[in-house]
Amino acid sequence: MADAHIRDLDTQSSHGVCFSTKEITKVYETGDVKIHALRGVNLDIYENEMVVLLGPSGSGKSTLLNILGGLDQPTSGQVFFREQELTALDNAGLTQYRRHHVGFVFQFYNLVPSLTAKENVALVTEIATNPMKADEALELVGLKDRIHHFPAQLSGGEQQRVAIARAIAKRPQVMLCDEPTGALDSKTGRLVLDALMRVNQDVGTTTAIITHNAPIAQMGDRILSFADGQIHHVAVNDHKLTAMDLTW
Amino acid sequence: MRALDLKLIRNLLSMRGQALAIALVIACGVATVVMAFGTNVSLQETVDTYYERYRYGHIFAQLKRAPNSLKQRIEAIPGVGRVETRIVRDVTLDVPNMSEPALGRLISIPEQRQPELNKLVIRQGRWVDVSDPDEVIISENFAEAHQFGIGDLMSAIINGNKRKLKIVGIALTPEYIYAVAPGQLMPEDRTFAIMWMGHKALESAFDLKGAFNAVSLTKLRQANESGIITRLDALIEPYGGVGAAGRDEQISHVIITNELEQLAIVGQIIPPIFLGVAAFLLHIVITRLIQTQREQIGLLKAFGYSDLDIGWHFAKFVMVLTGLGVVIGIGMGMWMGQGMTEMYTMFFRFPFLHYQNDPSTIVLSVFIALGTTLAGTMQAVRKAVKIEPAVAMQTAPPVSYKVTLLEKSGLIARISEPSRMIFRHIRRWPIRAGLTVLGMSLSVGLLIAAMFPIDAFEHAIDVYYYQAQRQDATLTFTEARNPSSQRIVTNMPGILAAEPYRAVPVKLTNGHLSEQVSVMGMQEGMTIHRILDTALKPIEVPPKGLVLSAYLADQLNANIGDKVHMKLMTGKRKADDVVVAGLLEEYFGTSAYMNEHALAAFLQEPTLVSGFHVLVDEYHEDVLYKEIKNTPAVAGIALKTHAIRSFRNTIQETISISLMFYVVFGAMIAFGVVYNAARISLSERSRELASLRVLGFTQGEIAYILLGELAILTLASLPLGALIGYGLAALIALGFETEIFRIPIIVNSSTYALAMLVVVVSAIVSGLLVGRQMMHLDMIGVLKTRD
Repeated sequence: MADAHIRDLDTQSSHGVCFSTKEITKVYETGDVKIHALRGVNLDIYENEMVVLLGPSGSGKSTLLNILGGLDQPTSGQVFFREQELTALDNAGLTQYRRHHVGFVFQFYNLVPSLTAKENVALVTEIATNPMKADEALELVGLKDRIHHFPAQLSGGEQQRVAIARAIAKRPQVMLCDEPTGALDSKTGRLVLDALMRVNQDVGTTTAIITHNAPIAQMGDRILSFADGQIHHVAVNDHKLTAMDLTW
Repeated sequence: MRALDLKLIRNLLSMRGQALAIALVIACGVATVVMAFGTNVSLQETVDTYYERYRYGHIFAQLKRAPNSLKQRIEAIPGVGRVETRIVRDVTLDVPNMSEPALGRLISIPEQRQPELNKLVIRQGRWVDVSDPDEVIISENFAEAHQFGIGDLMSAIINGNKRKLKIVGIALTPEYIYAVAPGQLMPEDRTFAIMWMGHKALESAFDLKGAFNAVSLTKLRQANESGIITRLDALIEPYGGVGAAGRDEQISHVIITNELEQLAIVGQIIPPIFLGVAAFLLHIVITRLIQTQREQIGLLKAFGYSDLDIGWHFAKFVMVLTGLGVVIGIGMGMWMGQGMTEMYTMFFRFPFLHYQNDPSTIVLSVFIALGTTLAGTMQAVRKAVKIEPAVAMQTAPPVSYKVTLLEKSGLIARISEPSRMIFRHIRRWPIRAGLTVLGMSLSVGLLIAAMFPIDAFEHAIDVYYYQAQRQDATLTFTEARNPSSQRIVTNMPGILAAEPYRAVPVKLTNGHLSEQVSVMGMQEGMTIHRILDTALKPIEVPPKGLVLSAYLADQLNANIGDKVHMKLMTGKRKADDVVVAGLLEEYFGTSAYMNEHALAAFLQEPTLVSGFHVLVDEYHEDVLYKEIKNTPAVAGIALKTHAIRSFRNTIQETISISLMFYVVFGAMIAFGVVYNAARISLSERSRELASLRVLGFTQGEIAYILLGELAILTLASLPLGALIGYGLAALIALGFETEIFRIPIIVNSSTYALAMLVVVVSAIVSGLLVGRQMMHLDMIGVLKTRD
């Protein structure tokens, strides 16, 4: 797979490298069992790129995303975010990294139930260095008129869009989304993906999306297929579809 | 083992920290019950056995001089058991290596055998020999205070003659478990000795051949005590009898009875607090457990487990925890009870110890503990049982929150989102927050209640000894003397000023209530020994009428303006009605005051003095003491510093040990409440907090959200705790009210501060423990699973 990777690099050379991983492995030990979640992954992700990570459960895509997002450290190998080696950071350094550079979106929205939509966004803008206004972020995801609702008063799709607004409000350099539409019906799912796409295009945020749902891959610039802890295949998508054109 | 029981055990093991915290709170409640009642029963049993085995008299009387033949007439009083007549006299002692004089109470004993009543426990040495009139047996307290051994000598002024007495034995007696000198309120081992001498030796020393001046007797089981006292008084009155009294007027007996009552009161006030807090802790823990096990409960029901099975499962959980607490508590209580009993045995110098547990108390505490905790968790268990299986297996809907009034009011316009989370979380679970606050307040209150007696005693000492009775010492004459003796007293070396007083034993009666007290005759314009009214302002004794201490007035149910019947217990036994002219505040003793001339008029005597309150120049103390030791007219000198020291010692020995227990217990409650609240908060919010960590919040920032709430609740509990503490203090003050002392409800600010500090520190410690667990929040795991 290394060869494919190098070829891709050449075709995308007009952009700088946002993430770079060198031979990373991840081994989880539970009791006597060792699980090799990643087995030597080399990957570059470029600025402003939208990559989609496909693969069966346990193929290592979430582990990679967590490592890129500074939630986890690899067992061996190096990870760079631009010039910064993430694998050299300690816990506090990773916290700062997440705080200032990364936006996360998860399958289960993980909103704070005691805060309204706007306050959930403000939670992040209060600690970011150059955030957008909370109202603005919610407007980007089409929730302008729901800003004073508590999570319990919002539908699943709306909650997920609040989560996206919360992720983008700090103007992150990267957005990492793990199954963002996993808990949503297709109509709502499209709305959510549309929001992610707009952020990628309008703000220029490098975006990585994990999904089980193959049709979603058609909105990515590149599609990385995972199997057995390795990148099995990298495909360049020359015919990107908008989120609204996706069907599943 | 059944699968459900295995689940129970594993649930318990997985939350062992919390389980232990709850069990400990329960244990504290049970331990206080077992300790208090066990100690109480054991001490009561010990006292009763001691009294019975050594034949402590039921009724005592003092007279001037009566022929031995009177004994038969006393024995003839219906209901009287054994009668012992004896000679009892107080003398001044000159103890080697002690400059101040001590007081010795000489009590006659038959030379050949133990007395019929009030027998001695010989601890060392032997009985007195009939051939040597200078042999004495002395009380163990006094012997130990001066490290006297067998064969040691000391001097006593006996009927004007200085005699060398030889110690041949050291003994204890049920009559003087507490040896309190006349006019004093607390035992003073250094300056008050009980000494037994052969009857013949004392007869000749005090010119009482064929006569006696004290009598004690036992009554038959069914006999009426007051009937016997009335008849005895009538018999001894012609011989200068000073009013017979039962055990309830014997200071040693009164102090012990009070101690036992106080133990019982503590055993009643404290345990409900612990058990209440434990019930509440279990309530929140079980509620949370049921929340996290919703799906499992649904599954069990889907499998066909009945409501009863599931209810029983959770009830067992409560019972196992309570059982653990009860077992620890009984163990702790028995151990502490044994320790307390041993301590009291040493303190009271009981010759033997009967520690025993009261099985009914233990059984009762088990039932009360189980009842309380089951009642506290019933609602949560019932809710668990009621969930429909299909509903239980679905994800619980997100918890709905509201904007708090505090935010709406605009009082806190610029408030950070984490702070909002704190306020709304409290608002969302107001009952739990309220109970957490209440739990911590109770521990603040408990600590205050445990520590306040020291403040109260110190205040009482300050008022009684420094604001009212400002004399350095009180000189007592053997008999009332002419006021001109003031010149003699002021001429003694080291005496700076002297104020006379007259003390006369009387019986005050109002309706069916009566009290035997000393009426103090006071000069006008006294500045050394002052009388303070209930607002602690110095007052003059009015020219007519009685001024009573508020407590005494209360005991007699008399108010200012009422007339009480006053009967002299000496001399001519005159009796008449006297008006109550004023009330005063005295925390110690029961006192009554009268103008000296009014008292003399009542006595139909010229104005006489019983002694002087004096100010002493401390540089000349030693010379003064020497002079007093050689002045037969002076019966004794009572020093204020000794009185205060003995007060403090007694308080320290009795209160500080139980105080230490309650401080530890109070801290345990605070810890149990805060730790549980923090753990539950963490378990409920781990998902939320992990998400915040993912968003880039630091450990400190999420700790603020979790612990900030606890900090607010802790702060809120402090003022409430102060109020509860004051209330408990008032309750305890009421329970401690006795003839010997009343404690005012005085709580120093340092006590409030210390109680709060203990709770705040407990809160911080439990916060740190939970904070450490917060460091290991699983950011990835939590995001991968649904709520």
